[in-house]
Amino acid sequence: MKIKTGILAVIATLAAGHASAAVLRLECGAPGPGQDVCMTSAKEWAKKTGNEIQFVATPNDSNEQLALLQQLLGSGSDKIDVLQIDVVWPGILANQLLDLKGYSKGAEKQHFASIIANDTVGGKLVAMPWYIDTGMMYYRKDLLEKYNQKPPVTWDEMTATAKKIQDAERAAGNDKLWGFVWQGRAYEGLTCDALEWLSSFNAGTIVDPSGKISVNNANAAKALDTAAKWVGSISPKAVLNFAEEEARGVFQSGNAVFMRNWPYAWSVMSQDGSVVKGKIGVMMLPKGGAAGRHAATLGGWQLAVSRYSKNPALAADLVMYLTSAQVQKFRAIKGSFNPTMPALYQDKDIIKASPFMAELYPTFASAVPRPSTVTATKYNQVSNQFWNAVHDVLSGNAKPTDALAQLDGSLKRLSANGTWK
Amino acid sequence: MSSESLSLDGRASQRPSVAVRRASPLAQQRRRQAWLLVLPAMLMLVVIAGWPLLRTVWFSLTSAQLSDLTQHPFVGLDNYIGENGVLRDGEWWHAVGNTLIFAVISVSLETVLGLGVALLLNTPSRVRSLLRAAVLVPWAIPTIVSAKIWSWMLNDQYGVINAILLHLGVIDHPLAFIADPDLAFPTIILVDVWKTTPFMALLMLAALQMVPSDCYEAARLDGVPRWRVFRHITLPLILPGVLVAMVFRMLDALRVFDLIYVMTSNSRLTKSMSIYVREQLVDFQQVGFGSASAIVLFLLISTFTIAYMVFTRRRMQGV
Repeated sequence: MKIKTGILAVIATLAAGHASAAVLRLECGAPGPGQDVCMTSAKEWAKKTGNEIQFVATPNDSNEQLALLQQLLGSGSDKIDVLQIDVVWPGILANQLLDLKGYSKGAEKQHFASIIANDTVGGKLVAMPWYIDTGMMYYRKDLLEKYNQKPPVTWDEMTATAKKIQDAERAAGNDKLWGFVWQGRAYEGLTCDALEWLSSFNAGTIVDPSGKISVNNANAAKALDTAAKWVGSISPKAVLNFAEEEARGVFQSGNAVFMRNWPYAWSVMSQDGSVVKGKIGVMMLPKGGAAGRHAATLGGWQLAVSRYSKNPALAADLVMYLTSAQVQKFRAIKGSFNPTMPALYQDKDIIKASPFMAELYPTFASAVPRPSTVTATKYNQVSNQFWNAVHDVLSGNAKPTDALAQLDGSLKRLSANGTWK
Repeated sequence: MSSESLSLDGRASQRPSVAVRRASPLAQQRRRQAWLLVLPAMLMLVVIAGWPLLRTVWFSLTSAQLSDLTQHPFVGLDNYIGENGVLRDGEWWHAVGNTLIFAVISVSLETVLGLGVALLLNTPSRVRSLLRAAVLVPWAIPTIVSAKIWSWMLNDQYGVINAILLHLGVIDHPLAFIADPDLAFPTIILVDVWKTTPFMALLMLAALQMVPSDCYEAARLDGVPRWRVFRHITLPLILPGVLVAMVFRMLDALRVFDLIYVMTSNSRLTKSMSIYVREQLVDFQQVGFGSASAIVLFLLISTFTIAYMVFTRRRMQGV
């Protein structure tokens, strides 16, 4: 491991040697804890190679980030050299990205093979994996202990536990407490949450890997029905307009028992000054009944180089540095970003900082991908139809069976003949 | 041809001076000068409005994708009336319905409230200019900012509006104004009314100040009750101004985007026409289809404008 890091560093200095003090524009995401961690590593690279980095800020919502990147790249702009892309975007943006094969020197072999496959489009390595995300369940250890509850295994158990604690706490005067907060706004995040419900009930992944539309089934209806019953009972109605940060806001103020969120929330909530510091437990998302499974949506971000960059070699070098084992370790400890290298999950320092990484390793390794590979450039439309159907059910405007039948119809129209292959 | 000459004849007979002017070299020179003066503006319009519009029309006839604009196979009117064309998309018509409801309700409310505010501001007072400036504040805040402020204030977990309503005992549990499907649309309309009433008030105030004061003096001497003064003097005199303000607002409301985009994002429930167009163009990368829906949106709004212009011209001629 160390030797490889050393080699990377040498490559970095070599690459920097022949281009003196270039200005690279790096997109470090929206302002927040993640951005700070990203900036720290990038500045280190700049210092080491003697180049300058300018940071490009982007919106918080991933849909809006994609829109902005598409506009920038679509116009052939060189305003951005290195960009962060979501795990579902390689197919959409592949045309505008640089093939990193020539620059990686085999570094991709250290990463999870499934993610490298995801980032390879038409034989081109268009992005390097930076961190993995999967949905996970945060809970208030102190509250569960107080009411003598075990961490729930199924969604039904979770609902019962949440309800019990919520009722008891409210009766005791804590009237702001809610049982469960998650992402219910009509956006990509809802697709991730709902895909977890579906998978946990063995209801498939909307479009199966062979390209067949599989969403209209009885298990899916049961999953959506379960979720719709949370709204207004254990989840505030406002959850229908919650994204990640809104949910974290409620949970971190101590006003929720359970929260579905991504790993980043762990480090933010464990900082000094956080009301819930030391009171949080993390577990796998519940199963959909005894026959169900623990399912977590695969998320995560990659780094890519714009085809229109004026300094492609330097930009690729920055990407290789930021995705190296050394930086990934730093990010895992500092910002609880899950490494994309299996080897790092055995690293003692990482496990000490974020114990859940070792515990939930099976979840990371077997996370459920969204159907972005099979639906390729149409993925956004599929996802949009899906989240709108789910949102209709959650807000009580449609019954699960009707919404799914309708979704089935619109997905069939999208794919022209009912399948993507 | 025949209809053109007819109308020319008609005009000529109404205004015999035309024939005389045509002969005068001075008039001709003036005319040329007028054209020269208008020319830069016309060129500007062609470059910044005409060219993009034509390009959009062209794209709407192709199946271009945002990821690769160099390839744009021609598909004729498929994007409009084809099997999956915009005119056959239920979601488009849903968006049209949403937009119309939004436009009609918000503009009506804004007109009534704007008129009220304008009448209040028109009464002489020492703090009038201060009030006039203060009233404009909501209009001066960029919509993105005010929409975000309102979504925070209306939040059911930490929003100040819910806190106040709860405290006053109006409601017994916090309302999720922008998440509850029954409340989201009315809430968006209310925020728009808050934001745009000042604009209406200002336009109407301008109209009110044009009303000659001797009309009021005469009415006062004759002891006409205030309500009748308003109905028979004020309202008829400011009506043209009010109508212009309404049309401006209507055109604005028909292409509403930012407010809805910030407050409820991609929810189908509150989707307006502009949100639909952006979604197709940017989110779904369908430049062809998105351009087609943009053109339909353009045609709808221009039809409305032309209808209004015809209507007012008739009215003016009738008076």
